[in-house]
Amino acid sequence: MDTERSMVPAVRSALAAACPLLWDGSASKAVAGIVPSFVASPASTEEASALLRAAAAAGLAVVPRGAGTGLSWGSPPSSCDLVVDLRLMDRVIEHAAGDLVARVQAGVTIGQLATVLASAGQQLAVDAPEDATVGGVVATGTAGPRRFRYGAPRDLLIGLTVVRADGVIAHSGGKVVKNVAGYDLGKLFSGSQGTLGLITEATFRLHPLPAAVAWVTGEFGPSDRAGAVAAVAAAAGSALVPSAVELDWPGGSQRALRVGVLVEGTSSGVAERAKQLSELLAAAGGAAAVADVPPARWGQLPSGSAVIRVSFWVSSLGSVLEALASAGADAGVRPAVSGPAGAGALYACLDRTTSDDAAARFVTVLRERIGSDPSSLGARGSVIVLAASAPVLETVSATGTIPGAALMRAVKDQFDPGHRMFPGRFAVLSRGDDPPRPPRGKDD
Amino acid sequence: MTATIQALVPRMRDICGAGNVITDPLERRTYECDGLTAHRCVPALVVLPSSAAEVSAIVAACAQAGVPFVARGSGTGLSGGAMPHQDGVLVVMSRMRKILEIDPVSRRAVVEPGATNLSVSKAAAPFGLFYAPDPSSQVVCSVGGNVAENSGGAHCLKHGFTVHHVMGLEIVTPSGELTWLGDGTGVTAGYDLLGAFTGSEGTLGIVTKIVVKLMPLPEVVHTLLAAYATTSEGGRAVSDIIAAGIVPAAIEMMDALSIEAAEAAVRCNYPAGAGAVLIVELDGPAAEVEAELTTARALCEGAGATEIRAADDPAERAVIWAGRKSAFAAVGRISPAFIVQDGVVPRTSLGAVLAKIASLSEEAGVRVANVFHAGDGNLHPLVLYDDASPAETIAAEELSGAILDACLEHGGSITGEHGVGVDKSRYMPKMFDADDLDTMQLVRCAFDPASLCNPGKVFPTPRLCGEVPGHRRAPHPAVAAGQAEIF
Repeated sequence: MDTERSMVPAVRSALAAACPLLWDGSASKAVAGIVPSFVASPASTEEASALLRAAAAAGLAVVPRGAGTGLSWGSPPSSCDLVVDLRLMDRVIEHAAGDLVARVQAGVTIGQLATVLASAGQQLAVDAPEDATVGGVVATGTAGPRRFRYGAPRDLLIGLTVVRADGVIAHSGGKVVKNVAGYDLGKLFSGSQGTLGLITEATFRLHPLPAAVAWVTGEFGPSDRAGAVAAVAAAAGSALVPSAVELDWPGGSQRALRVGVLVEGTSSGVAERAKQLSELLAAAGGAAAVADVPPARWGQLPSGSAVIRVSFWVSSLGSVLEALASAGADAGVRPAVSGPAGAGALYACLDRTTSDDAAARFVTVLRERIGSDPSSLGARGSVIVLAASAPVLETVSATGTIPGAALMRAVKDQFDPGHRMFPGRFAVLSRGDDPPRPPRGKDD
Repeated sequence: MTATIQALVPRMRDICGAGNVITDPLERRTYECDGLTAHRCVPALVVLPSSAAEVSAIVAACAQAGVPFVARGSGTGLSGGAMPHQDGVLVVMSRMRKILEIDPVSRRAVVEPGATNLSVSKAAAPFGLFYAPDPSSQVVCSVGGNVAENSGGAHCLKHGFTVHHVMGLEIVTPSGELTWLGDGTGVTAGYDLLGAFTGSEGTLGIVTKIVVKLMPLPEVVHTLLAAYATTSEGGRAVSDIIAAGIVPAAIEMMDALSIEAAEAAVRCNYPAGAGAVLIVELDGPAAEVEAELTTARALCEGAGATEIRAADDPAERAVIWAGRKSAFAAVGRISPAFIVQDGVVPRTSLGAVLAKIASLSEEAGVRVANVFHAGDGNLHPLVLYDDASPAETIAAEELSGAILDACLEHGGSITGEHGVGVDKSRYMPKMFDADDLDTMQLVRCAFDPASLCNPGKVFPTPRLCGEVPGHRRAPHPAVAAGQAEIF
């Protein structure tokens, strides 16, 4: 930590010249317990650019933030001189309803955008908390139940403006849905967690709001895991076009499992499809029901002392559930498991009473059983620690072994050669291989 | 043949077998262009590998010798993306065409890059599944080429582009290493290199295996054909359908000249005298599509349709599609030569841009037939000219460029699905500024610092990787010393 930096008048005045809304850091501005030296709120992409140029000149470690919804996920910053708070960039720049496209500043919240779009009967088809910012959702790749049908934010993003670590402003994509000109930086920045640069504007393709929705649920007893697995496969593979196929398995292997399916469309169509889907779930052995309100916990961000994301090919869902149960038994924990199983992902959440040792053990055993044996046809899953205490992250790396790691490192080196953007966020950069801090100026 | 290439020949023969290394000048000439025949270049050497290990060895040998290499699938690309390098090796992927696996429960297929697009859907059909991206060349184009170009197709309005359906790639990096991007789950860990690689036009490496998402075949498919006096009336129907909250699987439009050409080529029997024909396809669960069909039909009528035809069985639908699918080739019937343009505009600007194209066409005295994916604003103006006349050729090329300018003026793009390749790299600075292009090339520098992988494509000016002070080229010292772990 470099709290003494705030004493450096030259750095402070350079930052303030670039971005007038600048504060000294304080405990209330801490990111995962790390108090920054400065917090700045740029009002425009140009101001953000000037700010990052000044930060680059001073060699500052920079942490971008939105509403902070996902800030506690992932590893905390290894150092943080400057927090760039994007919440003042909160304008919906353009909503071209006839084109089903919207261009927004990064600080616009999901709720604010939804209100604007709903007035034209449209939506950004992402399930994310209302107070999360658009930039944060893109940077974290947050996607809820409807990932099954609409994909992750990267699949809806058609244009992006970023400020690089060196302050250079760059655009990619555009404001048309169909466009293959140039590399797609939007994909690269989606899920990059602020480690490649600052997202300041995003353009999305939109979808019409459905006239009607329904939730179909199937309850399966603790001993009927196979039934739930079959129900997920049947719903996800049906031609009834569900928008989400979720599995909810609270409190581990002793509890019942619930398969939840969302249907969107016209009112008559939804009624008929929901009926057919409930028959599918019943055929798999579940107690099926149709409702016009979501079941409990639907779309909630997973939370707990540790959140682990397991991704897999849907045909191995049965063995994934078995692995979760046996890793839980091995580590003495009862994970609450939920998520878009039909899209090949589940979150395992460990409660606040879980010890660090038990959490680490759980992850280790899970990794041994899932996706750790890449065949010539590739690995088929991963176990990622989205949130955990520092000791747990020390013991087990957040990502484990993932394909393409060397190339990811090369990309990071190109975009942020000084490794100043959210240092420590990704496992690759938190293993003590950050380059030495740049030499300090005389007045340090 | 240069000494460097000559020295590579025995190495390549060791890797692929003598029969799969082509040195003969005449045989090499058969690979001089892809689907865009205006750009030609005979490769110095052609190799036809049969496995990922062979591709890896080929690329490693090229990297070691400092020789450029270009991958080629079926050669149907329309932007010269697979145009060979005169001093380089052309790596032809068409022997690697196996469908390796269909996992119906996961809705995934694992295929080799030379497999044709349609062969994936054919292999998936017995399981009630299909591969959604359907470029019009799908009978012959390769999935590897689709990945390179992020190919679209008539149905990507609803179902998305190639990038939305590629869940994992095994690639050979430009240094010759075999690695996976993504794991087939569709859930990314770390940077989304899978997304960044897809659509990079063969400049970041060579794909050796592809995991694609399969979708359940729709319960029903309905196709409507509506005839209009003018394209602007047809355009109104498109806007009204979209405004009604319907996302059709496809909305295609053809103007009078392209209808005339299609009629001459395949006797598609579209309504006589129509100034525009609109094709609207709706797919999905029967319970939804019936309602959408009623609405769409009413909106088509409301916009002034002079005739509407509907089809719901495959044979009848094929009749409606016949004219549209033949359109590119059909204009060959009414013109000695033509340029297929590929611009995009916001859908609401379609009318204005079509009017602009008409006036540009009139001013230049060059005919333009318009075929387009109206739903997503992707125009394919076919610029007709006589290539025996140098003056007409120049006028056609200028007109074609002016059409792209018109697209950009309306906030559009220089390419919706054909790619930049060699053909449009000079237009890139009109769409992106120097900083944008420089930033994109940081990705290239990460993958291909030596700039050997399909060089000269996409970007007008290559970035000299490493020119920025402080960019590391070698592994981090801590990594090299084994003190740090990369992921």
